[in-house]
Amino acid sequence: MTVGVGHYLALAALLFCIGAFGVVLRRNFLAVLMSLEIMLNSANIVFVAFARQAGGHAGQVIAFFVMALAAAEVATGLALAIAWFRVARTVNVDEAGEMKH
Amino acid sequence: MMQALSNMQNYLWLIPALPLLGAIVNGLFGRRLSTAFVSALAISTVTVSSVLSVMAFFAVRLVAHGAPMVTSLGSWFAIDRYGVAMNFMVDPLSSVMILVVTIVSTLIHIYSVGYMKGDPGYHRYFAYLNLFVFAMLVLVMGDNLVLMFVGWEGVGLCSYLLIGFWFTDEEKAIAGKKAFVVNRIGDFGFLLGIILLFHYAGTVDFAGLREVAPHFDVAAGTLTVITLLLFLGACGKSAQIPLYVWLPDAMAGPTPVSALIHAATMVTAGVYMVCRLSFMFALAPVTMGVIAGIGTLTALFAATIGLAQNDIKKVLAYSTVSQLGYMFAAAGVAAFSAGMFHLVTHAFFKACLFMCAGSVIHALSGEQDIGKMGGLSAKLPDTRFTFLVSTIAIAGFPPLSGFFSKDEILWLAFTSRNPAIPGLNYAVWAGLAITAFLTALYMFRLYYMVFTGGYAGHAHPHESPKVMTWPLVILAAVTMVLGFIGLPAWLEHPVEKAFVAVHGLFSKAPWSYPNFGHFISSSFYAQGSNFGFAEFSHAAEIGFTLFSIGIAVAGWYTAKRLYAGRTSAVPERLAERAGGLYRGAVAKWYVDEIYDAIIVKPFWAVSRALHQLVDVFIIDTLMVNGPAYIAQGTGYVLKFWQNGNVQRYLAAILVGAGVVVYVLLKG
Repeated sequence: MTVGVGHYLALAALLFCIGAFGVVLRRNFLAVLMSLEIMLNSANIVFVAFARQAGGHAGQVIAFFVMALAAAEVATGLALAIAWFRVARTVNVDEAGEMKH
Repeated sequence: MMQALSNMQNYLWLIPALPLLGAIVNGLFGRRLSTAFVSALAISTVTVSSVLSVMAFFAVRLVAHGAPMVTSLGSWFAIDRYGVAMNFMVDPLSSVMILVVTIVSTLIHIYSVGYMKGDPGYHRYFAYLNLFVFAMLVLVMGDNLVLMFVGWEGVGLCSYLLIGFWFTDEEKAIAGKKAFVVNRIGDFGFLLGIILLFHYAGTVDFAGLREVAPHFDVAAGTLTVITLLLFLGACGKSAQIPLYVWLPDAMAGPTPVSALIHAATMVTAGVYMVCRLSFMFALAPVTMGVIAGIGTLTALFAATIGLAQNDIKKVLAYSTVSQLGYMFAAAGVAAFSAGMFHLVTHAFFKACLFMCAGSVIHALSGEQDIGKMGGLSAKLPDTRFTFLVSTIAIAGFPPLSGFFSKDEILWLAFTSRNPAIPGLNYAVWAGLAITAFLTALYMFRLYYMVFTGGYAGHAHPHESPKVMTWPLVILAAVTMVLGFIGLPAWLEHPVEKAFVAVHGLFSKAPWSYPNFGHFISSSFYAQGSNFGFAEFSHAAEIGFTLFSIGIAVAGWYTAKRLYAGRTSAVPERLAERAGGLYRGAVAKWYVDEIYDAIIVKPFWAVSRALHQLVDVFIIDTLMVNGPAYIAQGTGYVLKFWQNGNVQRYLAAILVGAGVVVYVLLKG
């Protein structure tokens, strides 16, 4: 069995769905952040897969950009989580409703 | 003098304008004016109007020789090819009518000064009365149907205002409302008739209609429908079956109002309208048959009710309905001038009767039940005398006016020939003859019950002041002589010859004898009508005259035996013997109750149902509150989406994105 681009795409779709459901359904802010990472990585897989198929480097370069962006995002997100934890002694997103008032 | 008469044409508009001025001044400022000024203004405007009317009458008679005189105040409105002009016209027919209206009004205005003395609504009363005279004159003098309709509605309004004049009494306010509502039904027909005429004839002025009328295709029935609709209007205004029910209730108004509006002038407007449009009605024999039938039926029906009423004004009210039926019967057999003649004589003697009744009621401090009267001849000699004269007139004794007009109608009813309904004339004649008997009976019953026997009440009767009795005397005097202008054909020539001979002794240029029929007949020119009158010998006509005298005598004699002195027990026994018949007549044949059951109650029920369904449910609930409920409901559902939970927003975005992707991929 040859591993083709379709397999990569299927894997990426699977990871994206796992990540999306995690983002929507999990209540723990840290878990949400991790799910977000999974979604970003599924996108990376697609970039790399297509880059390899097309034979260029642009897709791989974009994947690195995404990783850098994801690192920055996680840093910001964790900072927010810690700040929030200091105020509310919890990382449950459902309890973060005060901001809308 | 002749110069003034020939200029009259330019001043016709003053005749209705003066009472309007009085109405405006009294209506707006009357509260601050003294009662003397209010009555002086009201009476003087109407008096000047009646002087002008007399001049207009002579102008038509001597200068124009029967041709119509028209004053134009310009165009009222013109839309496309339909135009209505503000024209006042005086021709023989309307000149007679304005004479009656203004003269009777003047007398009643004067009488009212005594009758309404001390009433808190004194200025309001005279303002309404003047307004009425204005509207009535517009009705009579308008030279087209639309202007006539303006006056028609104006008199209806004044009638409503004056019936409910003492509106704090709920019963009187309701009577006014009833008159207004019942008249609306008739006006609906009148208005439809006018609109149809606009459509089919293209004009509504009388001169134009007179030219167009013969060109209607009679067989197609358009003219029949139009005239029937117009007659429906006449039925409402002139209290004919089936719309007569408002008139007896209208007696709730002050008695002078009953005399002026509900006996002498307004209620005759329907007869006037039919006569005015005689050139159209005469071309629709079916309508004419209906008019004659309804008139006769109303005359007979109302007379039977009048026989059993115990309220002095109610008896006179049913008598009025009955006499109006007489006039319509005359118009229905194409005897228009006889109908108009009866209208004129009736206006005077019925106004007199009502004002006598007012004088009696005034004397007895408001008592109207004839059971509690009696023996008033000594206490109220002037009232009694004038009442007796008018009673004799309405009962049909020669040589008082009522005899001549009634005899003329009976004779013409017998000889007329309706081309569509052969034999109808005999039924009309028989019905009117029986009515004549009943009229004499109930009028003399009234007279005997009120003025003879012993007094059965507790008030202290006193004769009315001169300001009230003098108008009565004048009306009674007119009633005595008025008949001579409408002599039967067999009597015409000898009397006219004698008149001219006698007058010739004093004057070089003797007047021609005033003959009502000859004078007014030019207004009734009917081209293409195939109504005819059978020829009979003078001997036959004399026989009929003797017969109608016999009827009157029989009615009077029956009343005398039954009611003179109020001692006979026969009426009570008769009432017992007749049982249901008597109770039916007393209860006015339950017509009000029947109308209530089959029209008013269902109408209320339908109205209530429509109110609940259309107003409350569809409009209020669905259309007004509905959008609010929808907005509120939608907002209630949608607010659950906007809960501030980022994750749920995200879920929505994902679902949306999924849908977009699915659609894109599928497409």
